[in-house]
Amino acid sequence: MRRLTPYLLILPGGLWLLVFLIVPLVYMASVSTMEGDVVNGFAQTFNFAGYLDAFGAYQTQFLRSAVYGLAGTAIAIALAYPMAYWIAFKGGSRKSTYLLLVLLPFFVSFVLRTVSWKFLLADDGILFEPLKSIGVLPEDFRVLQTTVAVVGGLVYNYLPFMVLPIYVALERVDYRVVEAAYDLYASRVGAFTRIVLPLSLPGLFAGVLMTFVPMTADYVNAAILGGPDNTMIGNIIQQQYLVNNDYPVGAALSFTLMAVMLIGIFAYAKALGTQNVLEAAAR
Amino acid sequence: MTTQTLPGRTRKPRTRLGDRLLHIYVWLVLAWLLAPIAVMIAFGFNDTQSKSNVNWQGFTFKWWGHLGDYPDLTGAVINSITIALAATAITTALGTLIGLALGRYRFKGAGPMNLVMFAAISSPELVMGASLLSLFVSAGVQTGYVTVVIAHVLFSLSFVAVTVRARVVGLDPSLEEAARDLGASTWTTFWRVTFPMIAPGVISGALLAFALSIDDFVITQFTSGATTTFPLWIYGAVRQGVPPQVNILGTLIFAVGVVIAITNSVLARRRVT
Repeated sequence: MRRLTPYLLILPGGLWLLVFLIVPLVYMASVSTMEGDVVNGFAQTFNFAGYLDAFGAYQTQFLRSAVYGLAGTAIAIALAYPMAYWIAFKGGSRKSTYLLLVLLPFFVSFVLRTVSWKFLLADDGILFEPLKSIGVLPEDFRVLQTTVAVVGGLVYNYLPFMVLPIYVALERVDYRVVEAAYDLYASRVGAFTRIVLPLSLPGLFAGVLMTFVPMTADYVNAAILGGPDNTMIGNIIQQQYLVNNDYPVGAALSFTLMAVMLIGIFAYAKALGTQNVLEAAAR
Repeated sequence: MTTQTLPGRTRKPRTRLGDRLLHIYVWLVLAWLLAPIAVMIAFGFNDTQSKSNVNWQGFTFKWWGHLGDYPDLTGAVINSITIALAATAITTALGTLIGLALGRYRFKGAGPMNLVMFAAISSPELVMGASLLSLFVSAGVQTGYVTVVIAHVLFSLSFVAVTVRARVVGLDPSLEEAARDLGASTWTTFWRVTFPMIAPGVISGALLAFALSIDDFVITQFTSGATTTFPLWIYGAVRQGVPPQVNILGTLIFAVGVVIAITNSVLARRRVT
């Protein structure tokens, strides 16, 4: 009986994850090779050519999503690492206050935050209108509906997911090790690149995973802040599912996206373990 | 004679300058993070005439008296809150059980369970939403209120489980053994000894589940059918212009969230000391 206890405990939650996470993913793989339409129903025809058609038609958006995701992740590292470093090593007794400030945007709905950026960046909004009226900016200057707005929105919305895991890793670094490096005549750069950075890499990788995946699959930022030239693959998938009701094409696209990411995610889990991401999630 | 102490000093001013610059950098990033929140709060008090609430036209309290002017908006907020409550109750119960199992026992199922939870945390919401919709459509399940709750439990379950597990791992099992030695049943031991000790983890997990649910947009959009939640309503209103009522409701949710988070962390600190 005692050996069965843990299995009984995980049974309800495990079933929930099995039925609503694993089964739908497997089923989506099957939908992706079906043919038909929403009125007459879909039939399994093992239409693998659908993948080629879908990928061929939307390769621009796939590529754009990858570029936005990579650029957004790189900018997020540049913003988050120094911040996490300062909070972890110099934050002193105010550490938790700074962390709360970093997390404060999460208390505003994701969509509302993005809409607020639309307010701020509006062509005749509170930021640009005064600058335009005194002639600092040209009349036709705009940020909305450009790549800058979309990538900026992505970085904005996912930055805390980069700060947190890096902070967790840095916080664990015993600062005496760094002092020991100085005592052994390490330069500041040397102490950083050879002691602090390697010790924080697991957190950095967890942060990359937790920002790159959602950024690449995002469609809200492109829909609210972007223009017709900023459409990402998420927008296409959302449209196929919710507007066109073309489930096979939508499924083929999501499955391609998922497959690329799953390979990355499981390579990550294999190489570095799931501990860092699960720990960061527990904070 | 003071030269003896100088080598240490020559390095220090440089350190301080670097730290100060870094401190300024931290505040610049924080200012950027907090700017849209300030805009959201401010524009709830904007005396706007048109429907597009973009330009500042003077300070007013009048929208507070017109909070209920959009019945669908009010309904959407109520949906958001009740969905979050239902999802939180289910998630907390199931997640606590998983957290207990993973924190207390060594068993062969732990590895696969961790992997599935990791997949649930790191899968893009878009893919989870899309695959759930495929399944619901072909199973003939009408999407709506219930399917949204199902989806919200799905993506917050792992977060609650890892939060509770972190608490369970830190417990001293001898306390439970003592309770059992003194004749307490398994049930009594759980409710009188184990649960009070893991309660802080359970509460944090429940708060997290509530926050994740009330904020969610992507999975909700895929699984909601004709049901509208607060984020969905805002998204639908973006084209025509978002009325100031949205800003006020957002501000209220923000204020409640911040108060709860601060209370929780203060209580957590008091429990430790």
